[in-house]
Amino acid sequence: MKTRSIASLLLTTALTFALAGVASAQDKTVKIGALSDQSGLYADLGGPGSTLAAQMAVEDSGLAAKGWKIDIISGDHQNKPDIGTAIARQWFDVDKVDIIVDVPNSGVALAVNNVIKEKNGVYINSGAATSDLTNAQCSPNTVHWTYDTYMLAHTTGQALVKAGGDTWFFLTADYAFGAALERDTTAVITANGGKVVGGVKHPLNTPDFSSFLLQAQASKAKIIGLANAGGDTTNSIKQAAEFGIVKGGQKLAALLLFLTDVKAIGLETAQGLNFTETFYWDMNDQTRAFSKRFAEKMKSNAPPTMVQAGVYAGVRHYLKTLEALGGNPHDGVKVVEKMKSIPTEDDLFGKGEIQPNGRTIHSAYLFEVKKPSESKGPWDFYKLVGTVPGDQAFTPLSESKCALLRK
Amino acid sequence: MQALYAQLLVGLINGSFYALLSLGLAVIFGMLNIINFAHGALYMMGAFVAYFLLNLGGINYWWALLFAPIIVGIFGMILERTMLQWLTGLDHLYGLLLTFGIALIVQGVFQNYFGSSGLPYAIPDQLRGGMNLGFMFLPIYRGWVVIFSLVVCIATWFLIEKTRLGAYLRAATENPTLVRAFGVNVPRMITLTYGLGVGLAALAGVLSAPINQVRPLMGADLIIVVFAVVVIGGMGSIMGSIITGFALGVIEGLTKYFYPEASNTVVFVLMVLVLLVKPTGLTGRAA
Repeated sequence: MKTRSIASLLLTTALTFALAGVASAQDKTVKIGALSDQSGLYADLGGPGSTLAAQMAVEDSGLAAKGWKIDIISGDHQNKPDIGTAIARQWFDVDKVDIIVDVPNSGVALAVNNVIKEKNGVYINSGAATSDLTNAQCSPNTVHWTYDTYMLAHTTGQALVKAGGDTWFFLTADYAFGAALERDTTAVITANGGKVVGGVKHPLNTPDFSSFLLQAQASKAKIIGLANAGGDTTNSIKQAAEFGIVKGGQKLAALLLFLTDVKAIGLETAQGLNFTETFYWDMNDQTRAFSKRFAEKMKSNAPPTMVQAGVYAGVRHYLKTLEALGGNPHDGVKVVEKMKSIPTEDDLFGKGEIQPNGRTIHSAYLFEVKKPSESKGPWDFYKLVGTVPGDQAFTPLSESKCALLRK
Repeated sequence: MQALYAQLLVGLINGSFYALLSLGLAVIFGMLNIINFAHGALYMMGAFVAYFLLNLGGINYWWALLFAPIIVGIFGMILERTMLQWLTGLDHLYGLLLTFGIALIVQGVFQNYFGSSGLPYAIPDQLRGGMNLGFMFLPIYRGWVVIFSLVVCIATWFLIEKTRLGAYLRAATENPTLVRAFGVNVPRMITLTYGLGVGLAALAGVLSAPINQVRPLMGADLIIVVFAVVVIGGMGSIMGSIITGFALGVIEGLTKYFYPEASNTVVFVLMVLVLLVKPTGLTGRAA
């Protein structure tokens, strides 16, 4: 009697576990949180456009027709790490979010990185630049899409040094991103025999750069490296034109420039600038088709920036992975591990892969801003100058300081 | 040393904007007793009106200098008539909250339609280029901004402190009932004064359009600094706000040279110091 009851108990327990196992494997609910700067200086390059990109990725995945229930919520981190982490915590604890995407602003991105690791969520960062996300601060929960400071330094930076720009003066945004970009670019400059003769650290979101530009002018450096982004970069470039810096023989290195920045500066002033992006709407038929659909849904009718394209591609790959897993295990490490094992392929970035440190590898493109006379439409801004294959653009695994590689 | 001269001049340029904006705030506070938090949004509207005039109406910069302040000024007067006038006699806090709300709404609407990175506005042909002063390359447009805003500031000061109209205005703030008894239409005068203050903000917006981006948040970034300027100069003091505006521009410029990291906090540090020593501001009188 006793043995029978124990046996039946074991049986029911086993059954319950088995059923629970089946249930979790077939759990087809997903909640995506798009965390971005929704109203500040990075809102146009990420912001509402990134949320739209995530929505389009969900629609294009076709998973809804297969019984999946996928929700998207969005949040505004206001470029403040404390607000960013508070939202992330609330999303995991209360809203049961599985994955956070976008997160421009390296300062916020690194802070959120820790929260996601602690909560075992998934993190697909597209908006932030710092290469630390896949180096010293890499995490088994993180995938870094689109671009990083190492890539910017080894494409735009390297090309300029090789073209004879061997003395540099930096205008650096005074936070994690600026510091990382200056560090990575300085490494490239010195490795190629160049020299950094000076620099200024300016506060984030500075309206007037004239003081800093005068210092850059006085330094007589051949290249003025702009280790800043968004509104700071557009203001630097416009005001540099005003102070006759380019006419005086110095060259501006816009280390990070987005489509929306070029629009804001205007081709008249921006023409001839060299810079690197990993996505441009007018690359091929697929990117044009996607961008047309995207622009129609944007209030400003703007085509996607590379950050927004990265959000789309990242979410597509994430959903593809969940489908391959047969359900959502709600386990960040497990999902990211699987994401790394599947090669990436989409209409926007082409073929690529996610390295063990979380870095997504795809081609990078050197562009030059067109002259006003060459531009045929409202967003026709770039001329392709060169293509850098992914394995040369991004940190080689042998140089990566990521602890995941030493397991 | 040469670099220092250059920084002083650059500081003066930024000071021009501070002076123009704080002047408008001082006029409004002095005459209407309203802490106009919508000032930054109205400054931004000035820049946008200039942009629209150029791109939709083909109306150039010079006319925009005239029309944008008028258009935005009328918008301001409508605000005053429909909303602000009901706050007369109430605590400052009400005016502050109302104008702050208006600022948020105006900014939100512009941001919804124009995004945050802004629109380009070219420097007018006549003011392009620059001259070499020996110690620096001065863009002609920046030199123009300093001179033009100095003239406007002095003209406004003259209008309020030295003319009969100004005397009426000052009298009306002291004792509206008595001034009304002399047959002066006080409410209309108040409305026009608000329009004038708003027009000054819009004028500063047009002036800054070619230098900065025409962005929905351009005013929000500036308004806090400008309030610090007004507080340092003494609330409601016309000359105080002009002088403090230029002076703080210069101090900020020097900070950008010696310790750039502190350049966006130096104004507030000064504000704290001034308030500790002289709570009414540098030129303010005790209430």
